[in-house]
Amino acid sequence: MIQVEGITKTFQVAKRNKGVIEALKHLVRREYTIVKALDNVSFNIKQGEIVGYIGPNGAGKSTTIKVISGILVPDNGTCNIIGYTPWKDRKEYVKHIGVVFGQRTQLWWDVPVIDSYQLLKDIYKIPTNVYQNNLELLTETLELKELLNTPVRQLSLGQRMRCEMGAALLHDPKILFLDEPTIGLDAVSKKAVRNFIKTINQEKQVTVILTTHDMRDIEELVNRIILIGKGKILLDGTLDEVKLKFGSEKTMVITYSTQFKPFDFPIENINGNQLRFMINTNKQSLPQIIDKVSEYVQIEDIDINHLPIEDIIVKLYKEYQL
Amino acid sequence: MRSYLVLFQMRFIRGLQYRTAALAGVLTQFFWGFMYILIFEAFYASSSTPQPITFHQLVNMMWLQQAFLALIMLWFRDSEIINQITKGDIAVELLRPIKLYEFWYARLLAQRTSSALLRFLPILIVTSLLPYPYNFVLPPDAFSFILFIITLVLGVLIVVALSMLIYISMFYTLSGTGSILIFGVIGEFLAGLIIPIPLMPEALKRIIYFLPFRYTTDLPFRIYVGSITHNEAIISILIQIVWIIILYIIGKLWMNKALKRLVIQGG
Repeated sequence: MIQVEGITKTFQVAKRNKGVIEALKHLVRREYTIVKALDNVSFNIKQGEIVGYIGPNGAGKSTTIKVISGILVPDNGTCNIIGYTPWKDRKEYVKHIGVVFGQRTQLWWDVPVIDSYQLLKDIYKIPTNVYQNNLELLTETLELKELLNTPVRQLSLGQRMRCEMGAALLHDPKILFLDEPTIGLDAVSKKAVRNFIKTINQEKQVTVILTTHDMRDIEELVNRIILIGKGKILLDGTLDEVKLKFGSEKTMVITYSTQFKPFDFPIENINGNQLRFMINTNKQSLPQIIDKVSEYVQIEDIDINHLPIEDIIVKLYKEYQL
Repeated sequence: MRSYLVLFQMRFIRGLQYRTAALAGVLTQFFWGFMYILIFEAFYASSSTPQPITFHQLVNMMWLQQAFLALIMLWFRDSEIINQITKGDIAVELLRPIKLYEFWYARLLAQRTSSALLRFLPILIVTSLLPYPYNFVLPPDAFSFILFIITLVLGVLIVVALSMLIYISMFYTLSGTGSILIFGVIGEFLAGLIIPIPLMPEALKRIIYFLPFRYTTDLPFRIYVGSITHNEAIISILIQIVWIIILYIIGKLWMNKALKRLVIQGG
């Protein structure tokens, strides 16, 4: 469905040192530093997947989205998405994709939302019955009814984002690119957006690629993570794999009835007859740990908690020195 | 094609809603019109040789200029397009299955026509009530009027094609101010909006007739007041069409080139 091979994109950035003399020099001759925004990026995505594309700010997430949505021409590399090369067949290709940029609007600012939708209907040449069906479905799932007749500039961010989602899906796209769709939204709107993404992925088999900094998005939506840093793809795997690899540290909470001897291993805290400590399953297997603990206490109950996903990502970034 | 028409319609209806702006515009245009007329009246009074066009013809050209200002001024700007280019929101436009040149063209055209439609009638009606020689009158004959309409419409198409070049240049400069200012001042002069072309020296006239600018305003207005013969007018219509084609091709090629090296700012 989506095949990306060895995409490289560099930007020239004019370099300027501080000071008046440097500024004057800069007028005559400019020095450029070359920034590699994308460095040999490759991945494959199958139909119906929801892929989380993550990485710190400036890692190249948005650049990737722009390249694979046909806006930016890469320096090198090939790309085959549902049979098109995005930047070559832009006009044909974009009929089959939907894109939402969390920080930009694709609706016309000063007209009611429904007018923008009407115009999109004509731009994408959506047949009237398809348009009607989609509009109905979107109005229902995104609760747009009251918003449709309001000019975009009067909408709150959360309301606007729901309308943007609608706009991106009117033409039945096969692929949906979401660039930070939940940025700046409140909890309720975030949840609405997430639910909606899940729904269209399941019901319409829309392939979704989303970039985000919100780890709840990842946890609730995504089955596969691609981590990018400094323009390179560092990791590509399922969320579980990532958790397994980087989430090996867990907290274990043991409830006990009787204590045989005083504890002589590090304990985070003891609360009544509950005892909490960190374990690392890469170093010691669970049965070993349990065996050892049972030398000290009579175990009644065991609770093991994974590291929160946010901490895992922080560890990930640290590991790759991002 | 339909999508461009719908966009045109949407912008057009939108433009018609700015009534207060239009009223303010009308008042401003009266002021400017009178000012220009007073300057040229002084000029005509102090000059003893006969001028190539009469004062009354000149007055009529001035009123037409003011009435159709929105159609002909190169500095007329669409800040939304400028913002899209400078802030990077153009990314969104490129995500649509449209030709960007035509899309913007339709939009700019709609803006100019809706804005002019709100303004021209009140100006022309009020000025036709003024005493001679300050009054606005009908053209000498019906055919002149038809030629005027045709050349005005073609002229607007040229203006929009020219202003498209300004917007495309912003892909390189990333600022609207410079391009519009330079283009505006030079373009207005060459279009005869500052000094009427009949009053210019011969050598300058020859250069100006070679450029597209005069075909936007000088031509239709002089046809209206009867300072250009019907034969010349018909030839000029052909020249207008050639200019539209040339400017369209330049704009298209330039825009394609600009989009290839486009760097989307921010986000």
